[in-house]
Amino acid sequence: MENHISLLLVVAPLIAAPVVAVLPRGRWPWAVAFFVAALCAALAGMQLWTVVHEGAISYELGGWAPLWGIEYRIDAVNAYMALIVAAIAAITLPYALLSSEREIPGEKIPLFYSAMLLCLAGLLGITQTGDIFNAFVFLEISSLSSYALISLGKKRQAFTAAYQYLIMGTIGATFYLIGVGLIYSQTGSLNMQDVATILPGVLHLKTVETGFAFIMIGIALKLALFPLHLWLPNAYTYAPSVVTVFLAATATKVAIYLMLRIFFTVFPSGFAMGTPAEEVFIAAGIAGIIIASIYAIYQADVKRLLAYSSVAQIGYMALGIGFASAAGITAALIHLFNHALMKGALFMAIGAIIYRVDVCRMDQIHGLGRAMPWTFGAIVIGGLSLVGVPGTAGFISKWYLVTAALEQAAWISVAVILFGSLLAVVYIGKLIEALYFKPITDTGKVVSEAPVLLLVPTWALVLANLYFGLDTTLTVGVAEKAAAVLGGVKP
Amino acid sequence: MDFFIGHYNYWIVIFLMMVGLYTVISRGNLIKKIIGLNIFQVSVFFLYISLGTVEGGAAPIIAEGVEVYSNPLPHVLILTAIVVGVATTALALALVVRIKESYGTIEEDEIHNLDHSL
Repeated sequence: MENHISLLLVVAPLIAAPVVAVLPRGRWPWAVAFFVAALCAALAGMQLWTVVHEGAISYELGGWAPLWGIEYRIDAVNAYMALIVAAIAAITLPYALLSSEREIPGEKIPLFYSAMLLCLAGLLGITQTGDIFNAFVFLEISSLSSYALISLGKKRQAFTAAYQYLIMGTIGATFYLIGVGLIYSQTGSLNMQDVATILPGVLHLKTVETGFAFIMIGIALKLALFPLHLWLPNAYTYAPSVVTVFLAATATKVAIYLMLRIFFTVFPSGFAMGTPAEEVFIAAGIAGIIIASIYAIYQADVKRLLAYSSVAQIGYMALGIGFASAAGITAALIHLFNHALMKGALFMAIGAIIYRVDVCRMDQIHGLGRAMPWTFGAIVIGGLSLVGVPGTAGFISKWYLVTAALEQAAWISVAVILFGSLLAVVYIGKLIEALYFKPITDTGKVVSEAPVLLLVPTWALVLANLYFGLDTTLTVGVAEKAAAVLGGVKP
Repeated sequence: MDFFIGHYNYWIVIFLMMVGLYTVISRGNLIKKIIGLNIFQVSVFFLYISLGTVEGGAAPIIAEGVEVYSNPLPHVLILTAIVVGVATTALALALVVRIKESYGTIEEDEIHNLDHSL
């Protein structure tokens, strides 16, 4: 029997999106969206199992043989990414029910779930496709829906944040498109595998190098690599809480996947060595870790603090890509997964605070940790994981990253990784101090613990942080397999 | 000299690309930014379409007596990209309408001042 999972992963949310949009108000749109996301997560899990045990899947879209038709080619990397995206969506949607009722006007709720599903379809599409132009289309599907999602925020700054993201995101996508066009002009193909076999013959051409540069800059804008991150802090700060959770945990991660794919699969190994790309990645990573972490320390808004921290964490992944070794890619992929877990948990916990008190400025949340012990617990554990304390998922990623850096004797990078963790201690410490050790500001209302429906998804991610900090067979095993596919070396 | 005249289509593309990008970066008016973005995207459409041209080739429709056809694939790709561009423009304009409603202006510096004077 032909394996239709890869197509279903994209088509299910894509078909469900318009259905959800016309459903009556109330909880039906949520129920359908949640069902589809859970279905996708289950399918992605099955797909990963199949790929790990039976090898790569090639799916011919519409029965057209590859090179004429679009091929979905699933190996360990795609399946791993698809599972991350779908699982995060399935965990985020239960959380969305209450959080979106509080933060989004009732008449827009069906459209909100519709946009969520479109975003999910776009992100899953990027992970599944084996065609560089198809990847552009999915990139724009996910981006357009995320602009709309961000603009749903309560404050008017949400509009300007979405506009700013739209301008920068479109420039990034158009750069990617220029790059794809230049590559196509020299290879005559858009299929990743096919381009990879043709490219070695035309590598000396300046057009190919230019195309490579355009693609790298374009995706760097999408993944908010420092210093192209300017859209990210505003977008994360003013978006509705649940949108921030979903985008922070998936959108930039998928862009990193696309970057890895182009860098290592489409272009022959060794090509990047001849260009300054690796040095640029390491420099951008180092600068991002230090500068964005320092910015994070001085933020008064908790969501903005975490947004800057995200930019810093993307710096760690850029370092991993920049090392361009099997260990470096493994570390980048592990951190990609772990960061989705910890940022997801932290943004969810902050969202729970916003649900109760409607604000998230440092000086307005004093002492709330004592009123909301479970939410506070989630922030503490998520924060420790972000710092990289042993026993949490964050430690595993830092460990592999430092190992990869030591392997290349990149002493500056090692120092920066450790210094970055120290800066994380400072900003997480500030947050915990405000939440727990400052006296409660008397606003005249009693704050109680967040509803169970918000706490369960939050704690699911928190426990995942702890679990993947102790048992690394799944993450490290799959990431090593994935790195072997990308780096072309045996694990 | 042949280099310049022979590649005139690429010079047009580069010129439009720079005009568009410069407009996006330098203009403070949100609508003008969108216009710049459109010019930038159109330059890429031109790039693709001129890539598909085959010298002496006819339109890619099978007809008797025609041996050489232009490559239709870039044209099809750019149809998709045009759709994406239209959607982006529509969304951007919708956002500008909402910005105008809530700020009363579409000048970037005035919006900035309004947000930071509170």
